[in-house]
Amino acid sequence: MATSQPRYRVPAPKFRPGDEPDFSDLKLQPAGEAKRPGIDCSWKDTVDHATGLVGALDHNHQAVGEWNPELDPDTLREGLRHMVLTRVYDERMQKLQRQGKMSFYMKSTGEEAVSVAAAMALRDSDMVFPSYRQQGILFARGRDIVDMMCHCISNSRDNLKGRQLPVHYTWAEGNFFSISGNLGTQFPQAVGWAMGARYKNEDQVTASWIGDGTTAEGDFHGALTLASTYRAPVIFNVVNNQWAISTFQGIAQGDAPSLAVKGLGYGLPSIRVDGNDFLAVYAATKWAADRARAGHGATLLELYTYRAAAHSTSDDPSGYRPKEEATKWPLGDPIERLKNHLIGLEEWDEQRHEAMEAELNDLVVKSYKEAESYGTLHDGPLSPVPSIFEDVTADTDWRLIRQRQDLGV
Amino acid sequence: MAKMNMIQALNSALDVAMENDPNVLCFGEDAGYFGGVFRVTAGLQKKYGLDRCFDAPINEAAIAAMAVGMAAKGLRPVAEIQFADYIFPAIDQIVSEMSRIRYRSAGQFTQPIVVRSPWGGGIRGGQTHSMSPEAFFTHVPGIKVVIPSNPYDAKGLLLASIESDDPIIFFEPKRIYNGPFDGQADGALQSWANHPKGEVPEGHYTVDLNKAEVVREGSAVTVVTYGTLVHVALAAAEKSGIDAEVIDLKTLTPYDIETISDSVKKTGRCIVANEAPRTSSFSAELAAQIQEDCFWSLEAPIHRIAGWDTPYPHAHEWSYFPGQQRFINAMKSVTETV
Ligand SMILES: Cc1ncc(C[n+]2csc(CCOP(=O)(O)OP(=O)(O)O)c2C)c(N)n1
Ligand SMILES: [Mg+2]
Repeated sequence: MATSQPRYRVPAPKFRPGDEPDFSDLKLQPAGEAKRPGIDCSWKDTVDHATGLVGALDHNHQAVGEWNPELDPDTLREGLRHMVLTRVYDERMQKLQRQGKMSFYMKSTGEEAVSVAAAMALRDSDMVFPSYRQQGILFARGRDIVDMMCHCISNSRDNLKGRQLPVHYTWAEGNFFSISGNLGTQFPQAVGWAMGARYKNEDQVTASWIGDGTTAEGDFHGALTLASTYRAPVIFNVVNNQWAISTFQGIAQGDAPSLAVKGLGYGLPSIRVDGNDFLAVYAATKWAADRARAGHGATLLELYTYRAAAHSTSDDPSGYRPKEEATKWPLGDPIERLKNHLIGLEEWDEQRHEAMEAELNDLVVKSYKEAESYGTLHDGPLSPVPSIFEDVTADTDWRLIRQRQDLGV
Repeated sequence: MAKMNMIQALNSALDVAMENDPNVLCFGEDAGYFGGVFRVTAGLQKKYGLDRCFDAPINEAAIAAMAVGMAAKGLRPVAEIQFADYIFPAIDQIVSEMSRIRYRSAGQFTQPIVVRSPWGGGIRGGQTHSMSPEAFFTHVPGIKVVIPSNPYDAKGLLLASIESDDPIIFFEPKRIYNGPFDGQADGALQSWANHPKGEVPEGHYTVDLNKAEVVREGSAVTVVTYGTLVHVALAAAEKSGIDAEVIDLKTLTPYDIETISDSVKKTGRCIVANEAPRTSSFSAELAAQIQEDCFWSLEAPIHRIAGWDTPYPHAHEWSYFPGQQRFINAMKSVTETV
């Protein structure tokens, strides 16, 4: 029997299914207010930023303040396109998963700016260690969509030979590390890579992403310790999308006033950013990359956003949060906001937007047709069965030779 | 040639590797300025600079992860875990990451890493400085486990490991850092100075990974072991007068099944031995494979010598450690069976 008075505090989200979500008492710093410190700043200069909110797009969709990256309209349209493509792709892949074309899928709906704006602010030669929810990076870096799909449907052209769950991409050519299913492991690895780049006298910056829930893992703290100690050129992105499957972010955050604030204890400049504001994510990433490249070390960015879709195709959020939360989210939708900004600049309009959506939709449909022609997980062809014995180590020893014989392939 | 103990031989291997390849670097807790609590990295920071041999924070997971990132970037990191007993915080980075990155990226990223760690019992280290956790790692596809038993092999195997393109867990039997050990707690300390394997070339050479060595030829029984127990087995053969053939495995994964089965088919009897607790220890794998490959040549059941299924005790270390008498008893019992 549950006791009426819990004997210790177990944090709970404000709203559960059936509640009317109302975020009006979430006090968020208005866009344009936060100052932009110099890239050689210390953690002390970001104490307010760690609990504030860096934003550049205001409620009227105007670019304001010191964090406005002043991007030209072509760049903004490019960002919009990558974000829309990410969303269209996610929608399509989710549907195809429901039709049994792949085993599993994870959308990034509502968080597209986090990956797309960051990837655009970085150089293509910069290294990324993402989690499973930054597919936007791949679109921003121009990865072939058919190749991405071939991976997701685990067919004969999957560049990972069917070894990884869908969305756990690897693309060495695009400086995109192998995505792990083990949460947080990529954070300290990114520091090792960044140190390697310094060691080789390269000016490459390394960026990594984890979720709010994953900040509770030891690897988060190990990574910050390493980066602080060795002053590594790395950008730590914490995507606070409010949820870790069914667990609200307060379970990882505890009594800390934000997730960004955790970086201050390691002596790292730490900034909370409006993750649904394309301009702010771009500006903050660029600032952190410039800092890293100039030898000032690591930065922690908390990207404040909302996971608008289910955690994955295996999840149903209606069991733990109100349906309307995503639409009530005070920071809006990143695509809508950038679109309205461009419309305000008279550099975009509804017709062009619809036409772009239709075009990208066609592209995704057409790409899937081609991908499917190389096989699907369900119907094959897959990578050849003997390939399961390849790439374990550089050489194949007697054990695998015998085991392959046992399997009869 | 020079006379070296195992610490000097390992240090020499690192020195040669760092001299030859600017991508080799080493780090660990106390491994930089001071040169490691066992002094295996002594002098390397001074010789090669702060960024090639340095102190790491006390976070084994982060140490392993740093190696993962560096190796993916194309370096050849040699990470030290201060004691094998403290490798567990790093186990996720080793087991889920390092070992699988080649496989899960289909060869796009590789992991040329050596994780070195002082290992094993016999030094009155109690339960947190005596463990033999090799079986946790021999169970993992994608990593190799190497355990030398003398200075010559230690240097040659460490150089081969650093040059390997796959991750290697390199366990160093700390009881024999300074001299071989015959398995008798109260025996006189021995030194490597008069041992043939204490003669170590100063320059570069490698000892084959994946190759075991018959270190004593014999006809009565085959003893398969590695690390400190190689010397215990040799001493037991001399003392008992039983003509044992002793195989030093050196590389546990993949182990050299050919050398083992050639020997067992010749002697018809076999003892497999390790220090770790008996259940699921590496000797279980050896026994299973040997009976599969050599069943029709066996004249007696395969005998296992291992630590007990208890944590490693402090005061009663010598009732736990598989010493000389246990080997003699096993050799007698296995050779007496008709
Ligand atoms: C080490 C580890 N523990 C648990 C899991 C299972 N798991 C997968 S995703 C997830 C939630 C992660 O939430 P968060 O870090 O906020 O990232 P998000 O999914 O919101 O992007 C959990 C618990 C895992 N993959 N790895
Ligand atoms: Mg989350």
